[in-house]
Amino acid sequence: MTDAPTTRPGLSELDRPNSYIGRAVPRPNLKRLMQGRGQYVSDMSLPRMAHVVFLRSPYAHARILGIDSAEAAAMPGVIAIVTGPELAKVCTPWVGVLSHLKGLKSAPQYPIAVDRACWQGEAVAAIVATSRAAAEDAAERVMVDYEELEPVADMRTALDAATPVIHPELGDNLAFERNLDAGAVDAAFAEADHVVEAEFVFGRHTGVTLEPRSILADWNPGDERLTVYQGTQAPHMMQNIFAKHLALDESQVRVVCKDVGGSFGIKVHVYADDMATAALSKLLRRPVKFVADRLESFNTDIHARDHRCKGRAAVKADGTITAFEIDDLTGIGPYSVYPRTSAIEANQVVNLVGGPYTTPNYRARARVVFQNKNVTCQYRAVGHPIACSVTEGLVDLAAAAIGMDPADIRRRNLIADDAYPCASPSGLRFEALSHHAALDKLLAMMDYSALRAEQAALRAKGIHRGIGLASFIEVTNPSPAFYGVGGARISSQDGVAVRMDATGAIICQTSITEQGQGSEALTAQIVASMLGVPMSRVRVTLGDTDNTPYGGGTWASRGAGIGGEAALQAGKQLRRNILAAAASILQADPDTLDIRDGKIIDAATGAERVPLEELARIVYYRPDTLPPGFQAEMMAVRHFVPRDFPFAFTNGIQASWLEVDTETGFITLLNHWVVEDCGTIINPQLVDEQIRGGVVQGLGAALFEHCRYDERGQLTNATMADYLVPMAAEMPDIDVGHIVSPTKDGELGAKGAGEAGTAGAAACVANAVNDALSPFGARITEIPLTPELILTALGRI
Amino acid sequence: MKAAAFNYARAASVDEAVQMLVRGGGGAKLLAGGQSLLPALNLRLMSLDLLVDITGIAALRGIRVEGGTLKIGAMTRHADLLTSPEIAAHAPLLAKAIAHVAHPAIRNRGTIGGNLAHADPASELPACMLALGATLVIQGPSGQRRVQAADFFLGLYQTALAPDEILIAIELPALASGERAFFHEYARRMGDYAIVGLAAQGKPAGDRIDALRLVYFGVGERAGSCPAAARILQQRHSPAILAEAQAALAADLQPQNDHQASAAMRLHLARTLLARCVNELLGRAEASA
Amino acid sequence: MIAPTPITLTVNGETVAAQVEPRIHLTDFLRENLGLTGTHIGCEHGVCGACTVRLDGEIVRGCLVLAVQADGKSVETIEGLSDSGALDELQAAFRDRNALQCGYCTPAMLLTAHELLARNPTPDRATIREHLSGNYCRCTGYQAIIDAVEIAARARAGAKS
Repeated sequence: MTDAPTTRPGLSELDRPNSYIGRAVPRPNLKRLMQGRGQYVSDMSLPRMAHVVFLRSPYAHARILGIDSAEAAAMPGVIAIVTGPELAKVCTPWVGVLSHLKGLKSAPQYPIAVDRACWQGEAVAAIVATSRAAAEDAAERVMVDYEELEPVADMRTALDAATPVIHPELGDNLAFERNLDAGAVDAAFAEADHVVEAEFVFGRHTGVTLEPRSILADWNPGDERLTVYQGTQAPHMMQNIFAKHLALDESQVRVVCKDVGGSFGIKVHVYADDMATAALSKLLRRPVKFVADRLESFNTDIHARDHRCKGRAAVKADGTITAFEIDDLTGIGPYSVYPRTSAIEANQVVNLVGGPYTTPNYRARARVVFQNKNVTCQYRAVGHPIACSVTEGLVDLAAAAIGMDPADIRRRNLIADDAYPCASPSGLRFEALSHHAALDKLLAMMDYSALRAEQAALRAKGIHRGIGLASFIEVTNPSPAFYGVGGARISSQDGVAVRMDATGAIICQTSITEQGQGSEALTAQIVASMLGVPMSRVRVTLGDTDNTPYGGGTWASRGAGIGGEAALQAGKQLRRNILAAAASILQADPDTLDIRDGKIIDAATGAERVPLEELARIVYYRPDTLPPGFQAEMMAVRHFVPRDFPFAFTNGIQASWLEVDTETGFITLLNHWVVEDCGTIINPQLVDEQIRGGVVQGLGAALFEHCRYDERGQLTNATMADYLVPMAAEMPDIDVGHIVSPTKDGELGAKGAGEAGTAGAAACVANAVNDALSPFGARITEIPLTPELILTALGRI
Repeated sequence: MKAAAFNYARAASVDEAVQMLVRGGGGAKLLAGGQSLLPALNLRLMSLDLLVDITGIAALRGIRVEGGTLKIGAMTRHADLLTSPEIAAHAPLLAKAIAHVAHPAIRNRGTIGGNLAHADPASELPACMLALGATLVIQGPSGQRRVQAADFFLGLYQTALAPDEILIAIELPALASGERAFFHEYARRMGDYAIVGLAAQGKPAGDRIDALRLVYFGVGERAGSCPAAARILQQRHSPAILAEAQAALAADLQPQNDHQASAAMRLHLARTLLARCVNELLGRAEASA
Repeated sequence: MIAPTPITLTVNGETVAAQVEPRIHLTDFLRENLGLTGTHIGCEHGVCGACTVRLDGEIVRGCLVLAVQADGKSVETIEGLSDSGALDELQAAFRDRNALQCGYCTPAMLLTAHELLARNPTPDRATIREHLSGNYCRCTGYQAIIDAVEIAARARAGAKS
């Protein structure tokens, strides 16, 4: 473990001459996107393409007594109006459970509700027409006879005997429960000098990808193939699922993912609308396109969080935190989402609470309940913001209880940097983390003591500023332990194929996908580095199940670590193959040769031997001149999955500096710092921007974002004007620093960085607000931290 | 999210537009900047038979000063108001307010007339009209009439305009010597509709403020004047007078509960704004209320 | 059925004649009728800014202008402005600063920033943040975009001096 950017011990594959690893090179796909020449699914059209609009239940819970579509079907442009029972003949239902989440249960979900709608926004009929407008015109004339049923709206009473059971066949509204008891929790609390506790409340929020969910399904009865153009993070997963539920072989399904206008976990799930669109294409034998409009996005894109978590911590007078205990409750909507399930977030909360600390005693209960609201599932930093906010909130409470500085109590309890490998009470295995180095670096970056002095001086003038810290760990590079072991057909391995063409051009295909993170760039950087060619010579293909190796895609901060390692190994193998060909042409020992700047060179002297273009010419057009028996292999394929650890944990710490206007309750974010450790940094600019973007999503959760439901299960703010996301004017600049502890699970050493920002941002803002409010004795453990909440806590309203 | 179908006609003159409205009955509606109307149409929150586009009527655009009066054509855009030297000089309240209206691309289309005719209680401009004592010039089938701002805004999206009438101009008395304007609002994010805002104008006189007009927006079903508080502030400033004025706001405002804020929070913020307003108009250092 | 209305307008310097339903907004017209898909749709109720285009030289929300209202006017989109070179400095700075991730908001960000720099060649960071405050970006957290606009402003200033 070292501070970036000092060099790593010894020379490795990453230190090759002209290496692009560790360099902030621009992404190759930016120019296209900046010129308006991207190709998003919403931009596409095909001959005979029809548009589908879904008529959605206005009720949170209602029986469908009848649907009269006769008038609508006769309207201009209408091609078909299809109901749930009709579509069920084409597409089988699914149940979102995983066998390793013991006891998790859910009910069959259909692409269109068959006899009952279970949330406001569930589709009850599909209207297919020649244009979206024509379909919407017809949708207004489809008459649905509903019998409104009592909705389950409040997760706190979802398990009460008096509350209706949403799926009677399941027996109750409890989807999943997990209990954990590690160490001697009761003894630790009994022996504590102080016990602190609070209930932490997390609003529901959602991803708000700027391009809504988009899919264009094209069943070609001539080829008997379904081609699905979809903005998705996991093309092979979707290929499997379309095949499985539409009675096709996987080979009959091709999923193509072009440019994607934001994902953040929103586009890694199976949506009823997507299944319905594919099924409609099969049924109607023509291309069918669905692009969610913004209201549909709010009502049907997965939501996330919506937890209420009671937490306790035991602390000794010297600052040692001896126990954590949590009781988490979350409402997931009426179904567990397929195929990743909606129990993962609560499971993660149980796994992650207390994660950065040495505290050995830990008890947790998590309950996941059904309710008649939109479904929740994995969204950026699944479970992390909750676990981090609970843990860091309790740590600050403990510090206050014993009168210790928040930085000092963390220093006292964070796992030592030389303690690895080690494991957490919840069984997480840590390979190598750097909590203390990160803390030290953060405090230096923010000039912590000067900031504390400034805070005190301003407080004397009635200006209330706060400093908040939040240490965190992040799950990255998941092995099959995440989904595969539970029976989900979601690949945890990725593959990269690299070939050199006859002009010396490098063509690379990878199974990870691009939604803006820089997958294309980092793959090209790694391959170019391994091959010793300029990056401009490498062209990368992603997002096409027909034209890439099989793999997982881009989610759970896995693209760089897993797909990057596969790229490294494929690049190395192709280099060996190229050098073998060069050696046979040059009558040299391949070990004495290397490739630099697109040329075969003498490794010892750097003297140029033959350019790759010439080598390629000989290999492809004059193989007759090669020695007998030598067959050049100008393509290499490698796959990778982490084997040593189930997850490559990363760590980091964030700090917030903000001002609370105690008259209005408004918060002004002044500065934000992050130090994180994602191991080897392939492209520092891409990592920093992932962190910043992630932080701002976390700041949105902390201050603004909230899917607000009423007591009838109605989402009351389903517009962009009413659901507030962070905008440029309110966001602070964010300083990012790094510690580098490469994983040894693979040669690249890269861990993920996509979710670290989101993991800790809300926690440190909440701690900073509470720090600012400390002179008033007010404390808030709920997000979003609205002005109303702050004024209420201050007793001003 | 596509609008239901409608017919469209472009009016070349106000007379023609009025005729179109008369012929269209209740199913015709004017299209000004469209920045509130088109979202409502796209969202299918409303539908109509005919949209009468009046944005091309040149006579409805422009700002000029006649005597002590600013005359603003109804189709004058927010962007024009924001950069107008006449507005800055003679109606600084309006200039301050416009900067808070949405965002540049919206201000390039939105018009003052369209805004006022929409009568959104959370909008800045109706409150400014009340605070400035505006006269609204209306044309209908039987000719022109003038309505005081106080008589124009009737309720939630309700105005004194008949379905076949057009708001054609706004007349504002130019800022008088000694008058000062105050404008501030509390919005969650820049450009958002305010939770509460205050448009005020008055004549600071030593420790008192004469001829003060206090108009809140975002509170209640329409912009709310607060004459009781204004009267109290005509007395010599003291913390007690300010507190009395703040307390009096409860009598004049009818704050609502909604997902943005509770009524109690709105009233609290209204009182905070009042303190800020008084301090600014009296040139006092910002002190907490 | 409501009859389509004939319109004639200039789009990126080319004269376009078309028949459009009055309800079609300008963004749909550009995307569906003309294939100019660089103008994106994010909300269709005037909030996200992704559909920003220039109408007679000023930025507007394409979803809040009807195509029939563009009759006789000049429309410029990201495609036209890119090809003209008007956005060169901004695009270079966005690229160098990685000021876009998914790229969906980017054409609108570029047009909005372009308008700011035309009015105010040397804006400070707060001014840039304010001017872009009506354009959603869900990926970057905005800082890289603000940086890029600052860099582009300096590049333009340098080119002129």
